[in-house]
Amino acid sequence: MQYLIDNFFALTITGVTLGAVYALVALGYTLVYGVLRLINFAHSEVFMFGTFAALWVVMLLGGKGGASVGQVVFWVAMMFLAAMAMSGLIAILLERVAYRPLRKRHAPPLIALISAIGASFVLSETMGLRGKIAVWVGLDTTLAPYVGNARNNAGMPEIITPQPVFTIRDYAVTNVDIFVIIGAVAIMVLLDQFVKRSRLGRGIRAVAQDPESAALMGVNRDRVIQVTFLVGGVMAGAAAVFYMLKIGITRYDAGFILGVKAFTAAVLGGIGNLRGALLGGFVLGLAENYGSALVGTQWKDVVAFLLLVVILLFRPTGLLGESLGKARA
Amino acid sequence: MRSTMKIAVPVLTAAFALSACGTTGGGTTAAPAASGGGSAACDLKIGMFGALTGPNANLGIYIQNGVNLALDDYNAKHPTCKVGLENYDSQGDPTQAPGLAKKAIDDKKVVGIVGPAFSGESKAADPLFNEAGLVTITPSATNPALADNGWKTFFRVLGNDATQGPAAAKYIKDTLKSTKPFVMDDASEYGKGLADIVRKDLGSAVVGNDTIQQKQTDFSASVTKVKASGADTLFFGGYSPEAAPLIKQLRDAGWKGTFVVADGVKDQSYIDNAKAAAEGTIITCPCVPADVAPDFQKAYKAKYNSDPNTYSGEGYDAATILLDGIAAGKDRATMVDFVKSYDKKGVTKQLKFDAKGESADIKVYAYKVEGGNIVSVGEIK
Amino acid sequence: MSPATALLDRARAMPKPAKIVLWALFGVFLFALPLLNLPLISTPGADFGGVLFTVATYVLVALGLNIVVGYAGLLDLGYVGFYAVGAYTVGVLGSQHGSVPWLWAVPVAVVAALVSGVLLGAPTLRVRGDYLAIVTLGFGEIVRLTLVNSQWLGGAQGISNIPRPPGAELFDVPSIDWSTGAPIIDLGNTTTFLKFGITDQIPYYWLALAVILLVILFDHLVKSSRVGRAWEATREDEDAAELMGVPTFRFKLLAFALGACIGGLSGALFAGKAGFISPDSFQLLLSILFVAAVVVGGQGNRWGVILGAIVVSYFPERFREFADFRVLVFGLALMVLAVFRPQGLIPPRRAVRAKKVDERLDALEEGEARV
Repeated sequence: MQYLIDNFFALTITGVTLGAVYALVALGYTLVYGVLRLINFAHSEVFMFGTFAALWVVMLLGGKGGASVGQVVFWVAMMFLAAMAMSGLIAILLERVAYRPLRKRHAPPLIALISAIGASFVLSETMGLRGKIAVWVGLDTTLAPYVGNARNNAGMPEIITPQPVFTIRDYAVTNVDIFVIIGAVAIMVLLDQFVKRSRLGRGIRAVAQDPESAALMGVNRDRVIQVTFLVGGVMAGAAAVFYMLKIGITRYDAGFILGVKAFTAAVLGGIGNLRGALLGGFVLGLAENYGSALVGTQWKDVVAFLLLVVILLFRPTGLLGESLGKARA
Repeated sequence: MRSTMKIAVPVLTAAFALSACGTTGGGTTAAPAASGGGSAACDLKIGMFGALTGPNANLGIYIQNGVNLALDDYNAKHPTCKVGLENYDSQGDPTQAPGLAKKAIDDKKVVGIVGPAFSGESKAADPLFNEAGLVTITPSATNPALADNGWKTFFRVLGNDATQGPAAAKYIKDTLKSTKPFVMDDASEYGKGLADIVRKDLGSAVVGNDTIQQKQTDFSASVTKVKASGADTLFFGGYSPEAAPLIKQLRDAGWKGTFVVADGVKDQSYIDNAKAAAEGTIITCPCVPADVAPDFQKAYKAKYNSDPNTYSGEGYDAATILLDGIAAGKDRATMVDFVKSYDKKGVTKQLKFDAKGESADIKVYAYKVEGGNIVSVGEIK
Repeated sequence: MSPATALLDRARAMPKPAKIVLWALFGVFLFALPLLNLPLISTPGADFGGVLFTVATYVLVALGLNIVVGYAGLLDLGYVGFYAVGAYTVGVLGSQHGSVPWLWAVPVAVVAALVSGVLLGAPTLRVRGDYLAIVTLGFGEIVRLTLVNSQWLGGAQGISNIPRPPGAELFDVPSIDWSTGAPIIDLGNTTTFLKFGITDQIPYYWLALAVILLVILFDHLVKSSRVGRAWEATREDEDAAELMGVPTFRFKLLAFALGACIGGLSGALFAGKAGFISPDSFQLLLSILFVAAVVVGGQGNRWGVILGAIVVSYFPERFREFADFRVLVFGLALMVLAVFRPQGLIPPRRAVRAKKVDERLDALEEGEARV
C-alpha cells in the first residue's frame, strides 16, 4: 500500500499510456459488436499486422535514433499511414472472407466465432511463416531483414528517444508518454465526431440501433458494415503505431494477449458503446498497474479479470451500458 | 455400407491365413548387428526430440543445426554406412511428448535421442525412454531435479541451473560488487528455478523481487518497481523474447544499473531486438565461448551462414557421443553403458558424465554485450 | 442432402436387431482400432495409441461442453479451467500433497470441478450471452495463472509422479502390422490387456473409450428428460421459458455444473495417463479448440460434437508432415467449414428444420425487398 502511494504518479502515467492502446483496440471490438452483435475474434490480428506495417515502413525509410525533428515527424507520419492502411485493409478483407459469406447463409451467431477463430489462426500464422512464404515466391534474400526469423521478436529502431519533459513527484514523464496519450485522445475525439456527425457515422448508428428499419430507410447494410470494419481497423492501426513507439517490439502472436485485454476493456465499459470502450481501456490500464503494485505483478491479469467480474455483477451491461445506437456517440 | 463389408471380409481372412502360416513379427525386425563387435550397423538412426515448429522452435532448430553438422561429419567418414536422423517435433509441448517418445521407442532403428530440449517435455517423455532403455542426451534441459528421478537413460551435456545460479550470484556479488540487486523471473520452470537460486545466494542483499509472465510485452509496473527499489543490478531469469522488451523499457525509463541474465537470453535475437538497450548486458552461460572450438565455429558458419547459436554446440556434442557409439558397434541396449563411460573432449567441454547422468565437467562463463556482439569476459570461478 | 446424413437415415431405417448387431460391431471396432493400425487412418508421425487417447479426451470434453454450449446455449470460453481443476485435483491428492490412489482421486476431482462450476456459474450466469464468454475466458486464465504462480500447486514446474489407474495384467493382445502392404498379425508388438504402464498408451484409450460410452448413455438420459426440454426452452427464448414457469437460472446452473463435471473427469483421465502435468498443458488456446470442436461438429447434437472433437484433435496429428503449416491449414479448414457447414458437420435435427423455415422466410422477405 505504501508502495502504491509512493509511486502513484508513475503507475498512473504508465497505466494511462497502456490504457490508451487498449482503448483504441477496444474501439474495433465495440464498433463491430455494435452493428453485427458478434465478437470479432480476429481483431487482435488486425492490430498485429498494423505493428508490422509500422515496423517495416521505419526499416524501409532507414529510420534511426538521433535524427532531426523534421525527419522524425515524417517517419511517424509514414508509420501512421502504413499501419492504418494495413490494418484497415486486413479488417475489410476479414469482413469479406470470414463474415460476409456467413451472413448470406443465415449461419447461427456462434459459427461466426469459429470463422473468426479460423481467420485469426490464418492471419497470425501467415505472419509467423512469412519467412517460408517468401522462399516460395523467391523473395527471401531481397526481403531478408523483413521476413527473417519470422517466429521471433522483431524490434524497431528507436526513432524517438524518450526524454523526460517534466517531473511529477520523482516520475519523469517522457515525450513518448505525452505523445501516446495526447495522440490517442485526439484520434478518439475524431472518431467520436465522425460517428456523431458524418453521413456514414449516422448509418453506423442506424444499423446498430435497428438493422431492419435502417434497411427500410435506405441504408446499405453491407456498406455500413464494411465501413465499420474499416474504421475499427484504422483505429487498431493507430494503436499499433503507439504500441511500436512505446514498446518497440512485436511478434506474430503479439496480438493475442492484447486482443483479450482490449476485448475485456470493451466489455468493461459496455460493449457497443464507444465512450465505454474508451473508459474501459483506461480503467483496465490503471487497474492493472495499481493491482500489480498492491498484490504483485504476477497477479496483474487476475486482478484485471476479477475487476471485470465484479463490475459485471453490479452493472450487468458494463460501466456505461450498451448504446452505440441509442446514445449520441 | 454393403460394399465396405465386401472389402473387409477378404482382408480379415487374409490376415488369419497369414498368421496361420506362422508369419509373425513381419515388419519390425530386431535391431541388427546386436552381436557384431566392431563393425558399425548400417541404416541406424538417431532421434532429435524438441520443438522444431511453433512458437518455441528457435532453440530446437539451433540444436538441430548442431546435430546435423555432427551427422555430416560422421557420414562423410562412413560413406558406405550412413546414419539417419529422425525428427520428433514436440513443439515443446509436454502433452505431445509421450506419444512421440513411444513412436521413437517403437522404431527399433533409433539407438539414441538428442533431447528432449525442454524440462517440461523431459518430465513427460523421459519415464518412457527410461523404461524402454533408449538413451537420451539432452543438450538444453537445465532443471536440476531431472537428474534426481533415477532414470538410467538420462544424460545431460551441459550444466544445470544449480551450477549456473550460484555462478551468476557470485558474479553479481564479487565482480559487479552490487549492493542493491533486484531479482526478477518469468514464472517459467527455467526462469523461476534459476532466479530462486540466485535469490537464495544473494540473501538479504536483494532489494526487490518481481515475477512477470511469458509473452508479456508491457513491463511498466515492473519498471516502476525496479526504479523505486533503487537497484544497481537486475538479475532476470527468463528467455530473450521477454528480456529484450524488458531492458528496453527499463532504459527508456532512465534506469542505469547493470542487467544480468542467463543462457536463455544468449541469443543474437536479444541484441537485434533490444538494440542499443542491450549494450552492457551480462550473460552467464554454462557454455564455452565459440573461440574455444574454432573448427566447429568455422564449419557451422560455412553451413548455416551464422555463428553457432545457443546450444548448437551442445547439440553437436550430444549427437557426436551417440555417433561414436554407433561407430563402436553399439545398439540400443548397449548404448547406455557406452555413454556412461564416455570420456572425450567435445566442442563445448570435456564430455564425461557422473553417476546421475550430469556433465562431470562444468564451467560457467560470463559474457557481455559489447558493440552489438556477445563477447566472453572469462570463466566465473 | 449430404452423404453423411443419407447414410444415417439408411441406418435408422434398419430393423432393430440389425441395428444392435451393427452397433456392437462398431463398438468392437472402436476398441480394436489402435491394434488394427489401419493404413491411412493410423498416424505415421506419432504413436497411434497415444493419438487415440488424445482424441478420446477431446471427445469427452466436447460431450461435456456440448451440454453447456449446445443444450443450454451458454458460450463458455474458459472450459479448460474445469479440465485443469480435474487434472490438478488428481495431481495434488495423488502426488503433490498426498498419495491417494487414482481411482479414489477421480470422484474428488469430479466433485471439485462441480464445485468450481457452481462457484463460477452462480454469480456469472446472470450476465447475458456475450458477456458470459469473456467472463468464462477470464476464469480459464485465472485458473492457469493461479497454477503458474502458486508453489503449493507446483508452480511452473508442475506435478510429477501422478498415480496411474489400477489395472491387472490378464493377457497379451497382438497388433496388426501393415508394413508389407497386407495385414500381418504381429506377435512382437503386443499390448497387455489392462496394464496401465508407462510406455503403452493403448489401455488408457480403452479406459477413456469406456468412460465415453457411459457419458453418452448419461447424456442420452438427461437430454430426453424434463431437464433436457427445459434447457431447450431456455436456449430458444429465455424470457418465454421463464414466463412458462421454467426456473431458467437453476437449469443454466445445472448445465454449467454438469458440463464442469465432465470436463473435470476428462482432466482426471489425462492426469492419470500423463503422470506429469504443468500449467503449459492448460493454455487458453485449448478452450478455444474445445469450443471449435463443439461448433464445428454441430452444437446440440452429441454425434456431431464427437465428430467435431475428432476433427479438431485427430487431423493435426495425422498430418504432422505439414509441420509448420499445421495451424495455418487448421485455421483455413475452420473458415471453410464455417461457410459450407454453418450448422455444423452433423447438425441437430431441430436445426435442420429451423434452417428450412429460415430459408422459406428468407425467400419471402427477399421478394418483398425487391419491390
